[in-house]
Amino acid sequence: MEIAFWILAVISVASALAVVFLRNIFRAALFLVLCFFTIAGIYVVLHADFLAAAQVLIYVGAIAVLIIFAIMLTRETPRGSPSGRFRLIAFLVGATFLVAMILVVTGTDWQVITEAPTEPTTSPLAQALFSREEGFVLPFEIAAALLLAAVIGAIALVREK
Amino acid sequence: MNVYLLSPAISLCGLAIVVILLDLFLKRKWILGAVSVAGLIVPAAFTLALWGREETSFNGMLAVDEFSLFFNLFFLVCAALVILASMDYVSKFRAFQGEYYALVLLAATGMMLMASTRELISVYVALELTGISLYALTGFLKDPKSSEASLKYLLLGAVASAVLLYGMAMVFGLSGSTHFKDIAAAIPGDVMGNPALLMGMVLLVAGFGFKIATVPFQMWVPDVYEGAPTPITAYLSVASKAAGFAVILRVFYEALGPVSLDWGMMFGVLAAITMTLGNVVAIAQTNIKRMLGYSSIAQAGYLMIGLAAVSALGRSGLVFFLIAYAFTNLGAFIAIIAISNKTNSDLISDYSGMAKRAPLLALALGLCLISLIGIPPTAGFMAKIYIFNAAVDHDLMWLVIVAVVNTAISAYYYLRVVRVMFLGAPLSEEAVPSSGALRAALSVACIGVLLLGVYPWALLKIAETAVSMFP
Repeated sequence: MEIAFWILAVISVASALAVVFLRNIFRAALFLVLCFFTIAGIYVVLHADFLAAAQVLIYVGAIAVLIIFAIMLTRETPRGSPSGRFRLIAFLVGATFLVAMILVVTGTDWQVITEAPTEPTTSPLAQALFSREEGFVLPFEIAAALLLAAVIGAIALVREK
Repeated sequence: MNVYLLSPAISLCGLAIVVILLDLFLKRKWILGAVSVAGLIVPAAFTLALWGREETSFNGMLAVDEFSLFFNLFFLVCAALVILASMDYVSKFRAFQGEYYALVLLAATGMMLMASTRELISVYVALELTGISLYALTGFLKDPKSSEASLKYLLLGAVASAVLLYGMAMVFGLSGSTHFKDIAAAIPGDVMGNPALLMGMVLLVAGFGFKIATVPFQMWVPDVYEGAPTPITAYLSVASKAAGFAVILRVFYEALGPVSLDWGMMFGVLAAITMTLGNVVAIAQTNIKRMLGYSSIAQAGYLMIGLAAVSALGRSGLVFFLIAYAFTNLGAFIAIIAISNKTNSDLISDYSGMAKRAPLLALALGLCLISLIGIPPTAGFMAKIYIFNAAVDHDLMWLVIVAVVNTAISAYYYLRVVRVMFLGAPLSEEAVPSSGALRAALSVACIGVLLLGVYPWALLKIAETAVSMFP
């Protein structure tokens, strides 16, 4: 399991870096798909089976296709994204954040759960979302309003005046 | 699970849907605005009916207490004034008038929920509900400036959300819960011995800082304020900022209460940087919406003094400042909307001699600008006295000195507008007419500014009770 995690982790970080550094935006999008896939793999390693399936369905399936469609429908893709003037600053900020994060994650005593992970996770997830005693019903309902706002906003912005 | 406790938010969301449905059938579109304003009475009535209760629902995720009920009313009043101020503006749209009002109402729903949830996931979703509605509203004009503003707001908002989620993940990883009271029980009281808590706290401050426009997430403000429809700029600068402060008060006092001295210090430093940056850059602005954008960054700095002074006085000072700032800034923006409806310009130089063309509007704008400086007899004066007092009480003399110096700097650019309006030569002789809705909204704001400046005690009492339940 540990070996699987490290392989997936290395591939996901490498593909994420490729997304940032590649000039050709189409290739960057393909690497983004790879990154999504490896994240799904990491979920599998963590025994989060439902989350892994959702990751593949939504991110690899829907969102990646949308991104690639958007790129194909936009002209001048081979020229890629213009180079930013703030490359060096962005790199410095990113590197500082990375170092800080590594220090934080390695320097903290995290709680470690000793009990075995539940499998399959689908019905515990449903319990966590909808049960009367401890369910996350409120954020679920707010998300419904959020989707309504997003749909209205998208229609109002996309259609001609 | 008591759904009745959620009734203000549910009825407000329902009102948004009603407005959209009416938009399908109605020919006379001005009715939409009227329905939106009049319909706000329903959530307000539910809020008042709940007044005095102190309960939680949805498994402790939704809190109904004086704090959330107060902010419910606050956002409803803001939404009402913004809709009144929008009616002229929106009547120029050929389509999507219903959608405009619906999004304003949905954003208000999100803000209400931001102030009343006590659980991180709900806070985040409510924040996004507000955010998405406001991104769309910012781009509503669909001209290049408005679209650019919307895109900038969306991109930076997404970055801020990512930062916020990172911080929430840290706190969750440390405490094992997303409920505020469980987090408060689980986190250690010593930040320095726990880098993850420190990092989580810094990231939360930065993430929420986007909403209240503080350093380092203040750079979206001038462009977005300039490009957005002016009523939405007013909405952003008042309601969205207040929602950010409400959520900060709740998260930091309820969940991170054990380490309050550490984050108090952090807010103190941020306050000093933010107000200085806002005021210094505001001096050079020639566009009044950009100037008020930088001014709102500076005001966020003053407001954060209330967070830096971790005490009951600091909290109530912050809430009172929010009320005063809301009336003042809404008043200023409504006057600007009325003037730019006629002149189609936001340049300060075009306000020359406005006192002769529109004496009442110029007077109202002048009053609001004076209140933004903090000169008596206005609301801004009382608010500043109160919040500075809290800081002195908390041994933050250095912060008060920075704030007073900043106030002096700010007088320069606020008074410049007043001088241009009252002493400049008019660019034309044409009078500037304004509609009844605008005048009504402007009078409410100006009466608020004056009343709070002369007789603040009633609202001070409300501000004190609103924050009294925090430890």
